[in-house]
Amino acid sequence: MSITPLGEVVARIRQKHLADLITRGKRLDGRGLADYREIKIDPGVVEKAEGSALVNIGNTKVMAGVKIEPGEPFPDTPNEGILTVNAELVPLASPTFELGPPNENAIELARVVDRGLRESKTLDLPKLCITPGKKVFVVFIDIYILNHDGNLVDASSLAALVALLNTKMPNYEVIEGALEFKPGHTQLPMQKIPIAVTLAKINGKLVVDPALIEEQVMDAKITITVDQNEKICAMQKSGLGVFTVDMVKEAVGLALEKAKEIRAAVAA
Amino acid sequence: MFQAQPPEKLIDEKGTRVDGRSPYDLRPIKLEVGVLENADGSAYIEQGKNKILVAVYGPREVHPKHLALPDRATIRCRYHMAPFSTDTRKSPAPSRREIELSKIIREALEPSVFAELYPRTTIDVFIEVLQSDGGTRGAGITAASLALADAGIPLRDLIVGCAAGKVEDWIVLDLNDLEDKFGNADLPVALLPRSSELTLLQMDGLLSSEEFEEALKLATEGCRQIHTMQREALRQKYSAVREVAEEEAVESEVEKKEEA
Amino acid sequence: MPIFFEKKQLVTPGELLAEGDYIAGDNTYKEDDKILASRVGLIGIEGQILYVTALKGCYIPSVGDFVIGKVIDISMSGWVVDINAPYEAMLFVSDVIERSFNPQKDVLTQIYNLGDLVKAKVTAYDRTRGPILTTRGPGLGKITRGRVIGITPAKIPRVIGAKGSMVNMLKQEINCYIGIGQNGRILVSGVTPEDEDLAILAIRKIEAEAHTLGLTDRIRELIQEVKSKREGGNVSSSTSRETDR
Repeated sequence: MSITPLGEVVARIRQKHLADLITRGKRLDGRGLADYREIKIDPGVVEKAEGSALVNIGNTKVMAGVKIEPGEPFPDTPNEGILTVNAELVPLASPTFELGPPNENAIELARVVDRGLRESKTLDLPKLCITPGKKVFVVFIDIYILNHDGNLVDASSLAALVALLNTKMPNYEVIEGALEFKPGHTQLPMQKIPIAVTLAKINGKLVVDPALIEEQVMDAKITITVDQNEKICAMQKSGLGVFTVDMVKEAVGLALEKAKEIRAAVAA
Repeated sequence: MFQAQPPEKLIDEKGTRVDGRSPYDLRPIKLEVGVLENADGSAYIEQGKNKILVAVYGPREVHPKHLALPDRATIRCRYHMAPFSTDTRKSPAPSRREIELSKIIREALEPSVFAELYPRTTIDVFIEVLQSDGGTRGAGITAASLALADAGIPLRDLIVGCAAGKVEDWIVLDLNDLEDKFGNADLPVALLPRSSELTLLQMDGLLSSEEFEEALKLATEGCRQIHTMQREALRQKYSAVREVAEEEAVESEVEKKEEA
Repeated sequence: MPIFFEKKQLVTPGELLAEGDYIAGDNTYKEDDKILASRVGLIGIEGQILYVTALKGCYIPSVGDFVIGKVIDISMSGWVVDINAPYEAMLFVSDVIERSFNPQKDVLTQIYNLGDLVKAKVTAYDRTRGPILTTRGPGLGKITRGRVIGITPAKIPRVIGAKGSMVNMLKQEINCYIGIGQNGRILVSGVTPEDEDLAILAIRKIEAEAHTLGLTDRIRELIQEVKSKREGGNVSSSTSRETDR
């Protein structure tokens, strides 16, 4: 059951200050409405994982790890590998994260990142088949939030993407039905580079990459995931507020623009 | 046990879909208000093969008390699919999908409810999908809105849910399960009809921004058509009262004129 | 300045009732210069005020209301009473026992125990806490005989009638005590069970036909019909299913 969350009580004068700034096109940390915070990307930080990345967007810190295990395919896709995304809101990341199995926020986060990767067909899943109908590779992407300062979705999507980009698949051979590993590695077969862009609606205006304080006062937010061909592959509105159709169209335009910038940062 | 297989063709050159519909047709919809005696409000929807029952309890005391919000009612929402509702039996335990949908459906209903009128209480919305065939979150929201109105919970507006999507190269309205599984994009939305504000918006698939705008427009138009049916369903429920009351009003006007 | 509906028409939430210089009455709200309905009900117009008579809704306590409650919990300070409202009500020990005493659970249960029904009045109710009740006063206190039925609180005014016309008629025609709680609960206590049955039958019919004309006369006719059948030796015990809410 989903329950209206107990929001963080933000001082009214702070809310008003934030709203005033936004009407003048500025934010608390001095950014413009369409500016991202500083993005730092560190690929390959966990050697034992097949792939990994640490992404910082401002003070939001997210680590993603990729583990690949052989497994059984799903009955309705017997010749395809499996992609599965899980996210943990680790208690050390925020005073508001509690110990326990993933709650609705962690689940929503994982599923939004998953849809961005899945719908864009980022991973060439048929190429992950070992023995059709019997054995396939399961790509586990685990997203670990280390510090929460807003916009976990974009940071998580980026971390997952970069982790996949530097994932090394061990070479293998199937000898008499058994999986035998050989020396050497190959890159994961990736087809697309999807980028998630999240915007929050505050005081009737859209702001890109909301920081935690902005998420605490916003009406609602929307995440738009875009691939390099400017096709939208996932969208998610989240929060207690509403969006007009015009605002959604404006958000899509901004997302297309910002995705280009971020993709350039990833390529670097 | 039975697994859905992709049909030969999901849509032909003339735009005829697997169930015979044109790209812009809604599935047949049946709405009924006030179907459960115990709940404070309830509604039932059939949309194509979807069969969904919604019950609303509240406003009532929240237990445990620490969940209560000091200045407004808490809304609790559960979207759940019965194990026999799908082709392959679904485990009764809440799946990650049901958990996500419970959250976004709650967020779709919240903007309409005058929660500030009932601080420290809870309004509980239980959505049970008895048979599922694509677009259950939209249908669930449409029925939940009627159940809330039936319970006498004050609302700013009715909330309507509907999805549009892309099948082959066509932008289509109200995807069924096959179209959702094997099509190219699915765009569920929920709308407050009077202000045209979206309270739910998700997309998965691949759409250019022009296709997205076309699908969004189609989905919102679908919502408006369903909204007319919602109003009619509420009027049907109270039709006995309405007819008599309206008669009475006319008679008293006539009396007044006779006196004058 | 248009009003878009006629009096007593059925409206649904979100419907535009009027535009212009009007005042938003019960079950409506104002946005800019538009008056919109927030509940299903019948529109009413009184001068500049537009309101909606809701056909269904929970009971919201008002100070001074006479209510029938059920004791559902006992705490150190008194009894928690269910009055069919979104909030549980409190009946404090100090309301019942004037002298200072040693609060022990046993003593309290001897006054009112779990499951007891009480006739009470709402003495305080504000947004910051639940309603407070008193059972001090003429006619208030534990219910020891009779039956309590529940109806939609919105229909209570009809059971009372304009200036008590309906309930007075019922009391005249039936040999029964009828206590009408604002919270949708009605106590019916008669000399014979048949009298109680008749009263309940009448109340149920009022609930079902609350919005019709000439109801008082029709109910009176029904009562007289049943009474004459009874005297004629054909006692048909009416099966009235009551929901004890």
